[in-house]
Amino acid sequence: MRKPIVKIENVGQTFNTKSGKFTALRDISLDIRPREVVSLIGHSGCGKSTLLNLIAGLSLPTSGVLLCDSREIAGPGPERAVVFQNHSLLPWMTCFQNVMLAVERVFGRQEGMPKLNARVAAALDMVHMDHAMHKYPHEISGGMKQRVGIARAFAMEPKILLMDEPFGALDALTRAALQDELNGVMAKTGATVVMVTHDVDEAVLLSDRIVMMTNGPAATIGEIVEVKLDRPRDRLELAQDPRFAGYRAVVFEFLYRKQLKKAA
Amino acid sequence: MSAVAILKLAEPPARAEPEPVKTAAVATERSVTVERSEQAVTPPVREGLGEGGREMLRRIIPPVFGIVLMIGIWALVAIKSGNIPGPGKTWAAARVLFADPFYQNGPNDQGIGWNVLSSLQRVGIGFGFAALVGIPMGFLLGRFAFMNRMFDPIISLLRPVSPLAWLPIGLLVFQKADPAATWTIFICSIWPMILNTAQGVQRVPQDYLNVARVLGLSEVKVITKILFPAVLPYMLTGIRLSIGTAWLVIVAAEMLTGGVGIGFWVWDEWNNLKVEHIVIAIFVIGIVGLALEYMLLTLAKRFSYEAR
Ligand SMILES: Nc1ncnc2c1ncn2[C@@H]1O[C@H](COP(=O)(O)OP(=O)(O)OP(=O)(O)O)[C@@H](O)[C@H]1O
Ligand SMILES: [Mg+2]
Repeated sequence: MRKPIVKIENVGQTFNTKSGKFTALRDISLDIRPREVVSLIGHSGCGKSTLLNLIAGLSLPTSGVLLCDSREIAGPGPERAVVFQNHSLLPWMTCFQNVMLAVERVFGRQEGMPKLNARVAAALDMVHMDHAMHKYPHEISGGMKQRVGIARAFAMEPKILLMDEPFGALDALTRAALQDELNGVMAKTGATVVMVTHDVDEAVLLSDRIVMMTNGPAATIGEIVEVKLDRPRDRLELAQDPRFAGYRAVVFEFLYRKQLKKAA
Repeated sequence: MSAVAILKLAEPPARAEPEPVKTAAVATERSVTVERSEQAVTPPVREGLGEGGREMLRRIIPPVFGIVLMIGIWALVAIKSGNIPGPGKTWAAARVLFADPFYQNGPNDQGIGWNVLSSLQRVGIGFGFAALVGIPMGFLLGRFAFMNRMFDPIISLLRPVSPLAWLPIGLLVFQKADPAATWTIFICSIWPMILNTAQGVQRVPQDYLNVARVLGLSEVKVITKILFPAVLPYMLTGIRLSIGTAWLVIVAAEMLTGGVGIGFWVWDEWNNLKVEHIVIAIFVIGIVGLALEYMLLTLAKRFSYEAR
């Protein structure tokens, strides 16, 4: 068995709110192996983003410890790139400049300008956004912004890619196209990916393991499903595949029978 | 300066032509309509009722109507009162005045052009120093809560004070009238600059700062690539408000300090009982204020990025 790249040990997260302490997460333990694609799935508000932010180092746990490459995660760093839920492109920069900001930070010291430019171009090319490189974020569609956000993250060649509902705000068609693109990109780069999603099909299609979280407050990991489908995965073939339907059923069973969301 | 240019352009045709000048003056309060009315002043006369001509007319008629009304009331008041100069008399005086706006007969008798320019210079210097101090200050107050709380009582206390109240302090410190006037401009410009910049810094979306944290950008990069562009629109708002008040205050300050300047000129002409010159000064002040506002609006538009 490969050595884990991320180790989450007994992590808990409590927020101080106006109405007292609020325990969002408790007793989370999870090992993430190199080159693995892990999805976090669970009902809204259970704490998926909170967990992802902990791995990113954007916040620190109130109990327990997170390790990356056997070192404690004490803050964010470019080896753990994040694709934000709302793309978070800087509106005063073109797509090219947005990606360049990341590339320059990671490779600027050891590489010259032509090489950096090539990296940015390659990243945008990978998500088929090379035609709109010099446009500003407000000039492109939501799906295109999301793709640039993904390009920015991939261009950093991170060890770990953290994605918070990367396709959450998109329509089904764009979403499917981007999932396929992402599948291809992940195969090409061999990155370790942790992805938050609401979408069961997406989780099965993209992941090696699906981590299902119980409802909050004090959410924790309920079950983990290992998705043993061969890669590359083709969504049309999989639609006919009984194993695909089986995995779906397991996740649906967990979400809608075991963790049925109480009416809020 | 641009006011002078506009007036010069409007000069040759005789009778009913003072409109363009006054269009601008009337619209001062509503800066948005300004651009439209200014662009639209000439075409309909040439085009008549063409395709876009009708649309043009619809835009033109109300402001023209307003101006005519204003001139009418003005003429009426002038006739009734007897000692206020009417539009005709003022126009004649303006033609004389603007025939040579840059003459120089010693320090106390200079053309209106010089007076406007020296007022603008004072505003520029006072305002420049205010920007130099106020913008970095705003960044500090916006970035550090401690600083914000520390300066809050001071700013709250001083901001409502008329900048003219600071004029004697300026006279005392600088021992001269000219820097004292500049000093009042500095005082009145600095508050909007600090407050707007600070607000801009506080409103930088957390998302952008998270991007900076994930990328691990250096503090310099954070400031130049993220904070500064995010805050720029707020800063420009501060600048616009500052310039507006500065232009209001300079007239009053110069009335008190004397020297060369449009405010002083107004007071001087009052002493000479040339009331028509005062009316002209009112228009000139309005037009220059309008031009400043328009310039800054254009600048702000250039630097504003579309919302997400
Ligand atoms: N900074 C915070 N302060 C207080 N409570 C917080 C904070 N951040 C998150 N929470 C709470 O923690 C819980 C989990 O939030 P989180 O954003 O992780 O949910 P999520 O699973 O990502 O939901 P969604 O799928 O809707 O994005 C929620 O109840 C939320 O109200
Ligand atoms: Mg979330």
